[in-house]
Amino acid sequence: MRPGGGEPARLFEAGTEWLRGEGDGSDVVLSSRVRLARNLAGVPFPSRGSPTDRRHALEACKEAILSSSIGGGSTLWVDLHDAPPLERALLVERHLISKQHARGPRGKGANDADHPRGVAVALPGERASVMVNEEDHLRMQVIRSGLALDAALEEADALDDRLEERLDFAYSPRFGYLTACPTNVGTGVRLSVMLHLPGLRMTGEIDKVKRAAADMSLAVRGFYGEGSEASGDFYQISNQTTLGKTERVLLHEMQREIIPRVVEYERESRRQLLTRRRTLLEDQVSRPLGVLRHARVLATEEALKLLSLVRLGVSLGLVEGVELRTVHHLMLLVQPAHLQRALKKELDQNRRSVERAAMVRARLA
Amino acid sequence: MKCDHCENEATVHEVTVAGGVPHEKHLCEACARDMGLVVASQLPISQLLTHAVVQKASARVVGPGVSSGCAECGTTFGEFKESGLLGCPACYRAFEKQISPLLDRAHEGATHHVGKVPRRALRASRAGGGDEGAIEAVLGPAEARARRGRLLREQMEAAIAREEYERAARLRDELRRLTELGLAACDDEANGEET
Repeated sequence: MRPGGGEPARLFEAGTEWLRGEGDGSDVVLSSRVRLARNLAGVPFPSRGSPTDRRHALEACKEAILSSSIGGGSTLWVDLHDAPPLERALLVERHLISKQHARGPRGKGANDADHPRGVAVALPGERASVMVNEEDHLRMQVIRSGLALDAALEEADALDDRLEERLDFAYSPRFGYLTACPTNVGTGVRLSVMLHLPGLRMTGEIDKVKRAAADMSLAVRGFYGEGSEASGDFYQISNQTTLGKTERVLLHEMQREIIPRVVEYERESRRQLLTRRRTLLEDQVSRPLGVLRHARVLATEEALKLLSLVRLGVSLGLVEGVELRTVHHLMLLVQPAHLQRALKKELDQNRRSVERAAMVRARLA
Repeated sequence: MKCDHCENEATVHEVTVAGGVPHEKHLCEACARDMGLVVASQLPISQLLTHAVVQKASARVVGPGVSSGCAECGTTFGEFKESGLLGCPACYRAFEKQISPLLDRAHEGATHHVGKVPRRALRASRAGGGDEGAIEAVLGPAEARARRGRLLREQMEAAIAREEYERAARLRDELRRLTELGLAACDDEANGEET
């Protein structure tokens, strides 16, 4: 078994797919993500299994993952129960594992950091990853920059087939793929799109989008997925229905019907702001750049909020001399684990705020 | 439907069961907020949904004759209500009755899977010389497959009648794909008629 400790450091050097800032609709759409939930036949779900069951599931899944390519180049495997907290945090910040997976799953006797669990990440690019022993035995994830759920679903589907060649999945003709939580049963597919919606917030329309999404059985979540608040006007919209519709129907609804409407709505808000209150908008996107360039103390949340506004300014051509790529890279680097990794030392919160401000100043100078 | 407290349209509906008697509330958003009922925009929707649905499901099934737990893993329905998580794949059989209303609410009224079938499992079931038992284990009973095909075909014809041609075309593609997968049987196609 390869030791988990130290491995995620390899990720730090490379860029992440979800912040590449390219692809369809990238002025509004950050990234598209497809997640498939699968479980091993005849084995209790991770939260219920005995320590032996969990180890068995981990070993079987790990073996299948490492002997079949999960996407392109090499596969990085991390045993999360052995990984230091800072490295687990690094993986959360890169959206490769959930916060829950970093902590260890909830459930009977499983609520501890030693719960055997891991993650596989496809390198380079981190486009595909597989969490093992999270809420389900397998959570496969494929991410693409921009609006590209179709390409992501195709890749996830192929990855699912490759793993199924080696593993027996829990499946029933009536319920489909069986998952620990019945809200995921059926296709086990979650199609999510990360959207940047500052225009809708500024025009006061964002709550309408949230309500409309709820009416259409969609979930609206924050920057880090389930249970997280929206930071810096970033919202993740995903399907909730997984039973009774085929993957293709779900894809069509999200990719062709729902998301383009939200994107157009956001663009329309931006156009309105540009024509009706241009000077105010220019002020709202330029002032944050001033703060970022001169602040001496900067908290993560504040930095993300300011970067979000700069991103809007760059997208609209109102802010010059800053590249979208720099903004995206900073969105990653201002987060606590990435900051500490960049500085190669562990720091308390106050010290981090000072170092964060210094790093941002240097990069935006 | 009007709000219980004012003339506005009711958009918040709550059903609570106390002593076996359901009490319904229908409120507009403003009145619901005054009563501390509206939290929808702050909480993850899935959480709300799961919570509401589990409450409802449990209210319906409490009574004699309900199985005490899953024979495979020992999970009880009470534990499931508590955590929102089932214990093992066999729990779906053990709690089929109890979770049906939950699935109905969580998945827009759906009761059956129509999506992907594990490819290797399907291949293996067919390799056995078309043994109906092996195929049923993966694709479900023949009558269910026929029903699914009929349902899709009806939906497609209804779409054509309403002149929703794009929707009809999608349903036709879907029917064709499901038929190829073996997930749906189409009577007319079997007779050689083009869809």
